Amino acid sequence: MTRNRLLLLVLFAAMASLFITAKVYAQDPAPTPASATVPSDNEVNLVAKKLYCPVCPNTPLDVCETQACKDWRAQIRDQLASGWTEKEVMDYFVTQYGERVLAEPERGGFTSLVWMLPLLIVALGLVFVGLVLKSWRVSRLSRPLVQTETQTGTGISKQILDKIEAEIRKVD
Amino acid sequence: MIPDIGLIALIIAFGLSVYATLLSVNGGMSKRPDWVASARNAVVAVFALLTISVLSVVYSLNALDFSQAYVADVSSRAMSPFLRITALWGGQQGSVLFWAWLMAGFVAVVVIRKWDADRELMPYVMFVAMLTTTFFVGVVVFITNPFTKMWLVPGAQDLVIAIFQPLNGQQYIPADGSGLNPLLRHFGMIGHPPTTYLGFTGFVIPFSFAIAALMKNDTASDQWIRTVRRWSLVAWIFLSIGLILGGRWAYDVLGWGGFWGWDPVENAMLMPWLTGTAFLHSVMMTEKRGMLKKWNILLIILTYSLSLFGTFITRTGVIGSVHAFSKTALGPAFLIFISITFLGAMTLLMMRWSSLKAEHELESLFSREAAFVLQNMLFLAITIAVLWGTVFPLITELFTNTKITVGPPYFKKVTGPMFLALITLMGITPMLAWRKQTLNKLLSRLAVPLAGALITAIAWALLNPKSPAISLFSIAMAAFVTLSILAEFWRGTRIRMSTRGENPLTALLKLVVNNRRRFGGYIIHLGVIMIALGFIGDAFYKLETQGTLSAGESLTIGQYSLRFDGLEGYMGSDGREIVEASTVLFKDGKQVKVLNPRRDYFVVQQQPVSIAGVYSTPGEDVYVLLVGWESISNQNTTFKIYVNPLINWVWIGGFVLALGVLIGTWSQARGRSEATYSLKNQPEDVATSGSVVVPGIGD
Repeated sequence: MTRNRLLLLVLFAAMASLFITAKVYAQDPAPTPASATVPSDNEVNLVAKKLYCPVCPNTPLDVCETQACKDWRAQIRDQLASGWTEKEVMDYFVTQYGERVLAEPERGGFTSLVWMLPLLIVALGLVFVGLVLKSWRVSRLSRPLVQTETQTGTGISKQILDKIEAEIRKVD
Repeated sequence: MIPDIGLIALIIAFGLSVYATLLSVNGGMSKRPDWVASARNAVVAVFALLTISVLSVVYSLNALDFSQAYVADVSSRAMSPFLRITALWGGQQGSVLFWAWLMAGFVAVVVIRKWDADRELMPYVMFVAMLTTTFFVGVVVFITNPFTKMWLVPGAQDLVIAIFQPLNGQQYIPADGSGLNPLLRHFGMIGHPPTTYLGFTGFVIPFSFAIAALMKNDTASDQWIRTVRRWSLVAWIFLSIGLILGGRWAYDVLGWGGFWGWDPVENAMLMPWLTGTAFLHSVMMTEKRGMLKKWNILLIILTYSLSLFGTFITRTGVIGSVHAFSKTALGPAFLIFISITFLGAMTLLMMRWSSLKAEHELESLFSREAAFVLQNMLFLAITIAVLWGTVFPLITELFTNTKITVGPPYFKKVTGPMFLALITLMGITPMLAWRKQTLNKLLSRLAVPLAGALITAIAWALLNPKSPAISLFSIAMAAFVTLSILAEFWRGTRIRMSTRGENPLTALLKLVVNNRRRFGGYIIHLGVIMIALGFIGDAFYKLETQGTLSAGESLTIGQYSLRFDGLEGYMGSDGREIVEASTVLFKDGKQVKVLNPRRDYFVVQQQPVSIAGVYSTPGEDVYVLLVGWESISNQNTTFKIYVNPLINWVWIGGFVLALGVLIGTWSQARGRSEATYSLKNQPEDVATSGSVVVPGIGD
């Protein structure tokens, strides 16, 4: 039994670690450094991908086809060409058009709530699952097998009786 | 004339819906079978009348009767008859009518079928289902009526849209309609709404049974769970296919190289799918072990409420989105109805809480039960995370007055690990027995799939040296699940071969045919893994590049290069201006395909549509978009190329899902119950579990 519990703990730990690896990976990709020459379309798109079109509903800036978005991408190209970092470009867009241009909500301030709740839910969920399973098992161990069912005077379990009654009703 | 018939049928249908709703519950409570029978007839009549109504709209759409406001809105002379008919669900009014019709159809089928098993419950089932149907028919009659006409009224700036002639009004009949939104003119968008609606409306059946069981306080027997199993699966597969078709549409039409954008409308569909999937699993716990009764009811309430919420989001455009192509006064009505449905159902559940006691307890934490509970928790946690991300922009705007975006990075980072955990469980759980499992036995069964997974991951890492660790783990888990499922097929086939002397093919076929639920389920799981592969490819191995070319120049991406040969412009048949590029795709220097990515501009609707040039193989797609040009010439034309690995497995997986559901819901021969391995080995179950004694449990 203890071995089982240990394995279960390992499983839980493995699942928890998934979250951590995911986070590490998420921070991994390094932005392309701005080159001295005119930035390529790919370098522009790498930044534009992290931004949303400030005017169209739910459209990332790198795929948006309106003229306004083309102009914004041209602006990013100019900014990168004059040596701005990715962060500076993004900050500029946030100051200019508000936080809604960020594809990924910021992890500080009010929007950190969007990140915190899912973690909290998973943590609570795991605790809840643990408690439920424990309660099921404890009641099992603390009582002999036969008492897990409602006993009737005849010694036949209530479920069987119910079933018989249902059959009788059907015949009626 | 024809629209008038449709309108009259619609109004009578509304009256009869109200009648059926009131009479069914009264008949049930006061035990009047004649009332119940009358309500039953009314339900069938409602469906028949709505059919007339739907047909009349279809007729007007096809006949281009532009006196009808709806027809003028979504149909046009340039559209083919096929597209004109699909315009039934191409706009607000038609799609809500279509929705109401489908729902009435489901309810009619339920009341027509044999009542034997659920005679006591049926009046209440009818009541709940017809209450919802009444709401939708009411919305069609009073809020989004598809039979309105347009009127010129002196003094009014815009056309007045009304059924009856306003004072001094003069009817306005345009010469042509505006036609269907160009983005919707695609096979995915033609199949996507009907399947999605079938999925959404289909869940009304299990929901109605659950609520009826609560109302009747008849939850002890669990009979309703057996009745609704197949209905739930049918609703679920339609919702699944709807999701996949929607993905296919996005991939082909929206021109961003992906199939799932975590758009609010997509999320709205995903949420009931998630809770519905959890429900399909948790009912197994009740069937086999008498557990999770409250949880089942909670899940079906959530699934149904989220289905309504999904309709609410799609149909009202409350959260700005590319999909929400319409806005009306539908919002408040929907919000009130969803609140009533959800709160009413939850109140009822609370009232019956104590009667829903679990029958069995757990012997070991190390059992299939424990895995199921964990899996259900994960599904719900993903649902909450998706819901939270979807509505969070509204919350932020409300509290801080700032507009924000919650884009794909949030959803990928938050739900990705949970989906991965679910996939892991998918591989382990079939190896776990009900009640308890000894560690040695489990390890011996897991050994081969785990070893296979490890080998796959190593091979994958050698082939794709830059793979991040998490992607290797995902691939390993996909291999693990596949192998553990195939091992089940292998084990069963081998046993049949040795005990019955059958040849391998017969043994395999008979194994599946005699255990349809079990192996149908495994096939569904294989389909899910294929779809997961598409997501893994999209998340970790997608390539993209963009470049501007003059004729003769090439753009390189991975093993591929694309040569630009020229650009031309011409007029399409249905009012579109087409700009098309001629390009040739090479792989490792060898020509593989001529691709013609184009941009169509629909002049009337002022809507551009990108049509990609795609080279498709089982391993990957090369997806070429024409994104810009200075003039229609052979110079300075910009292309974007995506390489989308494994994406085709999403569509293949969709077919496999459907196959699995077909096998799993196929009726077993009468009087034969399905063998369940897990219970066979435990003789004490016969005494304690109700499920084994009941024949036909597999049906």
